[in-house]
Amino acid sequence: MIFDYNVIWASMPLYLSGLLETVKLLGISLFFGLLAAVPLGLMRVSKQAWVNFPAWLFTYVIRGTPMLVQLFLIYYGLAQFEVIRDSFMWPLLSSATFCACLAFAINTSAYTAEIIAGSLRATPNGEIEAAKAMGMSRSKMYRRILLPSAMRRALPQYSNEVIMMLQTTSLASIVTLIDITGAARTVNAQYYLPFEAYITAGAFYLCLTFILVRLFKLAERRWLGYMAPRKA
Amino acid sequence: MLKGYGAVILDGAWLTLQLALSSMALAIVLGLIGVSLRLSPVRWLAWMGDLYSTVIRGIPDLVLILLIFYGGQDLLNRVAPMLGYDDYIDLNPLAAGIGTLGFIFGAYLSETFRGAFMAIPKGQAEAGMAYGMSPFQVFFRVLVPQMIRLAIPGFTNNWLVLTKATALISVVGLQDMMFKAKQAADATREPFTFFLAVAAMYLVLTSVSLLALRQLEKRYSVGVRAAEL
Repeated sequence: MIFDYNVIWASMPLYLSGLLETVKLLGISLFFGLLAAVPLGLMRVSKQAWVNFPAWLFTYVIRGTPMLVQLFLIYYGLAQFEVIRDSFMWPLLSSATFCACLAFAINTSAYTAEIIAGSLRATPNGEIEAAKAMGMSRSKMYRRILLPSAMRRALPQYSNEVIMMLQTTSLASIVTLIDITGAARTVNAQYYLPFEAYITAGAFYLCLTFILVRLFKLAERRWLGYMAPRKA
Repeated sequence: MLKGYGAVILDGAWLTLQLALSSMALAIVLGLIGVSLRLSPVRWLAWMGDLYSTVIRGIPDLVLILLIFYGGQDLLNRVAPMLGYDDYIDLNPLAAGIGTLGFIFGAYLSETFRGAFMAIPKGQAEAGMAYGMSPFQVFFRVLVPQMIRLAIPGFTNNWLVLTKATALISVVGLQDMMFKAKQAADATREPFTFFLAVAAMYLVLTSVSLLALRQLEKRYSVGVRAAEL
């Protein structure tokens, strides 16, 4: 069995546009996911049950069900209701790109919220006491001390979440989008060369993963340098 | 409420459960092999173990599923004629699904096991050797029982991810509950109802697993004092 380089070379433009689509999906869903995750994470550390419970339920349900089901619920499911089909949101909700981004953002927001909550709970007591001793109000303490410190400490775990998210974006190919996986499926359907098509896609994902790992290493050095083990 | 599709979906749920359990069994075996490779003093064996876990964990499950399912079928039909078997072979989706998920999650588990093995004090293995146990006996009698306790939190996580990943096998035609729900949704034009029902089933499955594995962890931690803050 010989690896057919020619076909892969000829399909490179398709793969590259797929790469762009993957990066776009990842970027958009991570941005909005993080935006939603911060308030959700704050709710999760609240002592008031009526604040904590809705956030807990949300993250529990999202983390307990497969991404594919969530994507299908949004992409296929919402069309079941006439109210939604007649609403002004319909042009958006009938677009695969929008549905994929929405589903991914919801999914990552749940996981990220738990990461942020865990990091907030692990705040050293002294930092909180110092903030109180300085006479900071609760909101000022969260803005200036708790959140910046917790977000930094969440970086290593968040890098895992980002890499999981990169892999999750491959599901977009199931709802007709042509991301890297979609490109590979197109190539396989056209030439019937499964090995060539999917191994190329795998190589693209591996490269992206390594780049992300590298970027997070740099980010950790920048923002988490004070926690690195001391060099001899 | 489910328009008579309830039984069909339950059938699919049974298949989902079979798929999840069998692939986890395979993943445990592959994970143990993977971790033995990675912790081996022989350089190229350790390197192979690292390669397995890094490459598999860096590629999306869906891509691996498509690669192994379509690629495996292709390979099988190219190799079979050479062995004098001329009929076209159709890969059984359940067997292919178990193989694929087992292979993927073996890599994840080898990482979990590695962390757990490294957390066992060195003296334990040395004591076993001092008693004249063979390396094989040290591994299965001394290290593995202690490793299980340390690996349970990571294992729980992997099991939950695996359970959810089974939904992806429906993409290559396994008639699990996701597949059945899609069929029912197409037939009745009520996708939301059916996908919501399936989401609830997955939630039940993950919740039950979470509770059961927490009990297991308690059982394995009997005799270990928790650090009190």
